[in-house]
Amino acid sequence: MNIGITLIIQMVVFIVVVLITMKYIWPVILGAMEEREKLIADGLAASDEAEIALKKAQDEADGIVNEAKGVATEVRESANKMANKIKDQAKSDAIAEKERQMASAVAEIEQEANRAKEELRKQVSTLALAGAEKLLNKEVDPKVHADLLNDLVKEI
Amino acid sequence: MSSGSIGGYIEHHLSNNTLELVEGSSFWTVNVDSVVYTLITAVVFLGFFGYVAKNVKSGVPSKSQNFVEMIIKFVNEQVNDLFHYQSKVVAPLALSIFVWVFLMNFMDLIPVDLLPGAGQAIGIKHMRVVPSTDLNITFGMSFGVILLVMYYNFTKKGPIGYAKEYFGHPFEGPNTMMKIVLAGPNMLLNTVETIAKPVSLGLRLFGNLYAGELIFMLIAVFTLGYGLEHLLSFGGIVMIIAQFLLGLMWALFHILIITLQAFIFMMLSVVYLAQSHDTGH
Repeated sequence: MNIGITLIIQMVVFIVVVLITMKYIWPVILGAMEEREKLIADGLAASDEAEIALKKAQDEADGIVNEAKGVATEVRESANKMANKIKDQAKSDAIAEKERQMASAVAEIEQEANRAKEELRKQVSTLALAGAEKLLNKEVDPKVHADLLNDLVKEI
Repeated sequence: MSSGSIGGYIEHHLSNNTLELVEGSSFWTVNVDSVVYTLITAVVFLGFFGYVAKNVKSGVPSKSQNFVEMIIKFVNEQVNDLFHYQSKVVAPLALSIFVWVFLMNFMDLIPVDLLPGAGQAIGIKHMRVVPSTDLNITFGMSFGVILLVMYYNFTKKGPIGYAKEYFGHPFEGPNTMMKIVLAGPNMLLNTVETIAKPVSLGLRLFGNLYAGELIFMLIAVFTLGYGLEHLLSFGGIVMIIAQFLLGLMWALFHILIITLQAFIFMMLSVVYLAQSHDTGH
């Protein structure tokens, strides 16, 4: 065992190794580690912020949806009202139309009946004349008995 | 081993490969193997860490970067626990001590005859592969640390502050008279402490690793010098099994020791450096 120049050599090598570590290794790697730490911290902060923003946006969206729901209800109500109004209108229109048609039908029927009566009256008078002819065995001159016939027609 | 002599075997293993720069001078003798293996371990350390530092990413780290970051984080935590001052030197110094000393110690886990045997095959007579079993190497590092401690003692405390601490502690006199009386004992104690620091730092590492290496050699002696016919007998097989089991147990235990010694060397260096920064006395 000899203590000597090897010790000095080792001291120099030791100092060189420490200097290299000091200059090229330690700050570089520690710097990267600190940078990553900062990156992660920033990321976490950003995610917190994003969460808050998301919540805000959700609340906003909920507000908008609620408002829209209110509007939709209003629209539906007014539409219902309108529909009912239209239905009522249609109903009353239909009733009026029905009544109008009924009235015209009644008038027509009356007219028809009158016409039929008139026809009937004429035919009755002819029939009466024919019956009278047969009874009298004589021809009845319609001109002569026109007054008589007219009275008859009136009676019928 | 053709000699078969246990003493010769161990002595051979404990001899450094030396180169005398000045004929007959013990001081000017270089332990070539120690220097070469410290340089190899230094290159491994600086190469691996430098490679990682060159390709460092602050995003998702690679596996090697993860490993290096784990070590750096560990060292950084230890340094921050003990050393509460601003310094660009102390943490990198702690890292290089920890990893480099660990690598030097790790050479002890390589089978004790492997590298020296290979060396002998190519004509190198002596080779000690564990640099930290050479006092020159451990003292080289501990003196380096202590030089830095002294430098900080002078620059951080100032020559007057350092002198006050040197003569005024650990015994503090209540008045000037007592202070002068106590200056002598204080100086004596501080001198002992100043010398003891680097010596104990270097000797602790050396002693642990030297003893560990010696035990590996003693375990290797179990089957040393016996011929094949003896090793294949019952007694020989028992010896082989005994050597294997003891070697395995000691190697497993030694993993703890080499890490612990590297760690202790680092921690004590940081503690001494922290003391040299402490101006609060």
